[in-house]
Amino acid sequence: MSLIVEKRTLVIPGQLIAEGDFVPGENAYKREDKIYSLRLGVFDLINKKPTVVPLKGFYFPRAGDIVIGQIKSVEVFGWIVEIYSPYSALLQSTNRSKYRRDEKETRKEIRVGDLIKAKIVASDRSRDPLLTIQEKGLGVISSGKNVRISPPKVPRLIGKEGSMINMLKKETSCKIFISHNGVVLVSGPSENEEKLALWAIKRIEAEAHTSGLTERISEDIRNARKKGDLNFES
Amino acid sequence: MSYTPHKSPIANLEEKNILDLLKQDKRIDGRGLTEYRELRIEPNIIEKANGSARVTLGKTQVIAGVKVEVGEPFPDTPNEGALSVNAELTPIAHPSFESGPPGEGAIELARVVDRSIRESNAIDREKLCIESGKKVFVVFIDLNIMDHDGNLIDASTLAALVALLSSKINNYELKDGEIIYKSEQKPLPVNDCPIAITFAKLGETLILDPCLKEEAIMKCRLTVGVNEKGSICAMQKGGLGEFNIDEIKETTKLATEKSPEIRKKISEVMKNAKN
Amino acid sequence: MNLNKIPEKLIDEKGLRIDGRKLDKLRPIKLEVGVLNNAEGSAYVEQGRNKLVVGVYGPRETHPKHMIIADRAVVRCRYRMTPFSTEERKNPAPSRREMEISKVIREALEPAIMSEYYPRTTIDIFIEILQSDGGTRCASVTGAALALADAGIPLKDIISSCSFGKADGKIILDLSDAEDKYGEADVPVAIMPNFNYITLLQMDGELTIDEFNKGLDMIMKACMEIHDLQKEALKQKYTQNDK
Repeated sequence: MSLIVEKRTLVIPGQLIAEGDFVPGENAYKREDKIYSLRLGVFDLINKKPTVVPLKGFYFPRAGDIVIGQIKSVEVFGWIVEIYSPYSALLQSTNRSKYRRDEKETRKEIRVGDLIKAKIVASDRSRDPLLTIQEKGLGVISSGKNVRISPPKVPRLIGKEGSMINMLKKETSCKIFISHNGVVLVSGPSENEEKLALWAIKRIEAEAHTSGLTERISEDIRNARKKGDLNFES
Repeated sequence: MSYTPHKSPIANLEEKNILDLLKQDKRIDGRGLTEYRELRIEPNIIEKANGSARVTLGKTQVIAGVKVEVGEPFPDTPNEGALSVNAELTPIAHPSFESGPPGEGAIELARVVDRSIRESNAIDREKLCIESGKKVFVVFIDLNIMDHDGNLIDASTLAALVALLSSKINNYELKDGEIIYKSEQKPLPVNDCPIAITFAKLGETLILDPCLKEEAIMKCRLTVGVNEKGSICAMQKGGLGEFNIDEIKETTKLATEKSPEIRKKISEVMKNAKN
Repeated sequence: MNLNKIPEKLIDEKGLRIDGRKLDKLRPIKLEVGVLNNAEGSAYVEQGRNKLVVGVYGPRETHPKHMIIADRAVVRCRYRMTPFSTEERKNPAPSRREMEISKVIREALEPAIMSEYYPRTTIDIFIEILQSDGGTRCASVTGAALALADAGIPLKDIISSCSFGKADGKIILDLSDAEDKYGEADVPVAIMPNFNYITLLQMDGELTIDEFNKGLDMIMKACMEIHDLQKEALKQKYTQNDK
């Protein structure tokens, strides 16, 4: 039983990562006695299983996740929502915000192009995920700026016990919300602070696999604020 | 048959952000209202073609190839060669592009690029005549859109023009009606340098060189083709909205002011390419 | 303008081919990953005078709905030659040859794609041939495998592809356009390097069993070489981010 590759190294699909009596973890597969990587990513041993943490990935809808999506179309049964996943989600019109009791009013409230924060109530391999906006804090998003990051990077943006996201909130005085499907909502005291936050988030995404990131980003934010002008396309 | 397209998939919140910024004369990528994105021009990237170019405008990328073939002249112009422009919105360029025959978007793009080049007489079609009434050179310009981040018209017109400027055809000799090609090459005779400049109207503001997100919410667009003399040689309005007379005058004036900048960049690139 | 004359010999007295190569040498190959902005995965390939770009989208929703497969992803592949890619301009309309090649490329790559992970979705592979000089379907498979990995699609292996054939009686590797046109045989091959599986195999021409076997040995070795180049290209793209 042996690990062929060192932990935290970059591996590619088809690369041999371990041999012997291991149980393959996520994004790895076993053939005879050998374990291979399925994805381009970083190798790690998680719960004694050879696993690959992918560099790029798609959001796979799971029940209980909070997602931010965009209303794509209005149908007879409700709305079809783009959640930046291989699957569109459905929000049924019978699912009313608790502040509105009239179905017609709800339909007027949610238009094509609106961004909503919703929770996935059901999702399985045979049909598209179902959403609800019936809980507190869910519903149409009417202010702030948003940016999308690659879903595998979400844990890095949150950081160990929230270290990264808390640092960001502190440095930019912005309210920051990260959805499970990689959409980040930023709302701050000024245009500039919001820009700084968005810029930092994109940097964290690009350098997610490096070390010392939290300190580096917080210093860079302070330096960038001093310099003033930041060109960032949201 | 043409029909109204769907509203493009940009979130209402983002649309509001872009328009709010424009009210302060600011754009989402920090550019000025009449500023072009970073422009990169690479001529001669496909050796098998007579001429070629890759143009990158911001994140938009277009590759143009020129093929010169022998064909029959049109009956009403027996002494003139022909020009044919074709464009392909390849599905790699954008998730919404589908495989299939060119739709109205690709056809309009090709025809607008064609307009600037044809109407400025950039190609001396009489010099392409081989045998009057029987054989002429046909210049095919094929545009391949590789990455779409807005303003395909300006990027494609530039790519087509630079591809023409880098084109070479072989010398030939006509023997008993047969064309015998020689190995020496000469440049394709290109007489003008038409530049297409596209404006978009967002809210009540006119901007130059819209990126994809700006195009998604624009009311309408106007392309102005300007030749070397500074005259307008082509125009095309697109989109569901409308322009007023002042806006038309403003855009045409700006276009004639901007085009020398771009022409200068082209001649720099072509000069470096020769070395 | 078709200026090509039929070459007198494909292999000279010194055993060198028209482009100066030895019988078992690959053309110079350049591979680059992540060259496009919109496509989720992309790659650029140069092999000899071949130049192509591959873009991958997906997994994404399937349209039209009747194409949906309940328990796995649909893989769609389109191989297209740009009109300026060949000596004589190619008519932009899709040809039967392009359609066959699209199918053969898809079938070369699908065995490695874990399509059961994404039921009811579509994975799109688009190949644009910018310049063609023989062996474009092999170069396309090589590039598409990279683009799929770049897009984050789970793959059992990175498929590698190359061709062998016969010219002037000798078995040669990685045929150029003239060798394909005027030689005696052309055999494009694609393999799954980990398990030595063959996922693409076609042949035009005539070969004895011995010749074929000799070519097969040559091609397995060549594909492993190309596989090394593919690995390099992937690692280069992503370790560049570490500054």
